[in-house]
Amino acid sequence: MVDASTSAHGDLTLTNLTKSFGEFVAVDDLDLVIPQGSFFALLGPSGCGKTTTLRMVAGLEEPTSGKISIGKTDITFEKPYKRPVNTVFQNYALFPHLSIYENIAFGLRRRGVKDVDKQVQNALELVELTHLASRKPNQLSGGQQQRIALARAIVNRPALLLLDEPLGALDLKLRRAMQIELKWIQTEVGITFVHVTHDQEEAMTMADTIAVMNEGKIEQMGSPADLYDNPRTSFVANFLGQSNLIKGSIVDSSGGSAVVDIFGTKVGLAQDRNHAHDSSVLLGIRPEKIRIQPAGTAMHGNILEGGVISDASYIGVSTQYQVEMPWGQELMVFEQNDDGTPPLAKGDAVVMSWEPIFTFGLAGDQDATAGSEANPDSE
Amino acid sequence: MNKATRWFSRNLIRIYAVIGFAYLFLPIVYTFVFSFNDSKKSNLVWVGFTLNNWKNPCGAPDVCNALGNSLKIGVLATFFATILGTLMAFAMGRYAFKGRSVVNILIFLPMATPEIVMGASLLTMFISFGFNPGFWTIVIAHVMFCISFVVVTVKARIASLDPRLEQAAMDLYADERETFRRITFPLVAPGIAAAALLAFSLSFDDFIITNFNSGDVNTFPKFVYISAQRGLPAQANVIGSSMFLIALIIVLVGQFVGRKRAGVR
Repeated sequence: MVDASTSAHGDLTLTNLTKSFGEFVAVDDLDLVIPQGSFFALLGPSGCGKTTTLRMVAGLEEPTSGKISIGKTDITFEKPYKRPVNTVFQNYALFPHLSIYENIAFGLRRRGVKDVDKQVQNALELVELTHLASRKPNQLSGGQQQRIALARAIVNRPALLLLDEPLGALDLKLRRAMQIELKWIQTEVGITFVHVTHDQEEAMTMADTIAVMNEGKIEQMGSPADLYDNPRTSFVANFLGQSNLIKGSIVDSSGGSAVVDIFGTKVGLAQDRNHAHDSSVLLGIRPEKIRIQPAGTAMHGNILEGGVISDASYIGVSTQYQVEMPWGQELMVFEQNDDGTPPLAKGDAVVMSWEPIFTFGLAGDQDATAGSEANPDSE
Repeated sequence: MNKATRWFSRNLIRIYAVIGFAYLFLPIVYTFVFSFNDSKKSNLVWVGFTLNNWKNPCGAPDVCNALGNSLKIGVLATFFATILGTLMAFAMGRYAFKGRSVVNILIFLPMATPEIVMGASLLTMFISFGFNPGFWTIVIAHVMFCISFVVVTVKARIASLDPRLEQAAMDLYADERETFRRITFPLVAPGIAAAALLAFSLSFDDFIITNFNSGDVNTFPKFVYISAQRGLPAQANVIGSSMFLIALIIVLVGQFVGRKRAGVR
């Protein structure tokens, strides 16, 4: 039996990992290195292959081809009970006939660990549920069950902890609290966490690094800020938050900043945020980065004129505008309600501007709506 | 008038429940009451109250011999049917194999076949194989018709088992054997127990198939049937009532244990 506390520590490496179910390719030639000790999120819509990837790492699914290793140890075809990997299952999968104490002790007992009692107590203390040790799982609330599932996995000190949509069954408030708690526990124990989720906010709150998955492939990988501010594909731009993507063409790329023509207006685009292959570009700007004023107001930065507000919704912290542009596209603008002026109204003519540094450019040949229909609450 | 109608409509479900339960339990109450009847030959009319029948349940000729046979056959049939049926249920509930859907249908056939047909053909089969009908032919016949019920009962339990529990056990360092021993079996056990109880009660009170395949071995249902033609001794009521009470106790204990296991307070 593998002693999870000593063997096979190191980075998780997936090499050319592929899993097909008949004709359907769930995971498509995936290459990924997850550094030891990181909090890593696999983010994507349902059916993107993230859960299949996780199950292959756990040993619950056998890869069609490719390799999985932790450190230098190849675990591709290792039985699940011989891997230094533990999983927090989507619906917790607590053993209903065993007490909370025995649930947590399960892995320790199977490995023949000596001081079971001390370690179980420590795990219970970590999740602050010591008083529930003798209860059965169905006597616990959803949030408590979630924490026990976490304790049951963490107590084994695996090289790698896999979390499969661990907060999906909790209500919003509890989910927020658990996000912070999970992040804290990960820092505390220092185990590599691989977290699978379709909830972009959850991924961004907790993970150091996020890999956005779509149709079995990784679209983009990076820190939450990097993914949000500098997306490389329209899928990422739309799946993580919301984006305005405007068709344009690059008319001058000689300087450090490219000049893009969008329907007759010239705007600046920093070269390190330009991911277009040629002159055809989808110019991206996040709704909250745009300043909006009545038409005729003097603005600086990238300026777009000629918009008319087609819809305004006041939502407390901000007002969300839909602005219809002369070329027919509607742009989203989120304006903080922080300057004491009354919100603009439907029908008002406006001028918009933003700092050129916030602009990002995507290859113009892709679907500008990719990833935007993905409903974060589905699955 | 109006008040009475309102009372009636408010309590309609209760009244219906009382009538329904009366219909279900009146025969059992009758059996129980007549087990105290001081009857001489036939236990059809109330003569007077006595405890003699309960003090001496083996008083009627051959009743306890027949009961003993029924219990032995019941235990043996239950034992074999439960083991075989449980293994079949696991195979059918857990593994995809060629012809599984056909097997799923075939397993219902013994339940759907009229007992009279099954009893007669079993006898033909035993005779053509050169078996003399007796104790073991009854056991074989009972195992045969109990298996289907065991399979169906256990399979339902297996189907309701979340496969993630076993995956979680494997994830927590339990190999296949440990996973079965610690997780799968304990969780399926209530279904197996229910199946065993069902098999026993089916075996214990089977008359038709038994009558064909028993030769000169007497069982309790056979005894009751044969004596009923000459006048049933009150001891039959005593044994019938006892069986009912034992079954009731088993059910109540089962409920209690089940609640405790589930952790309901």
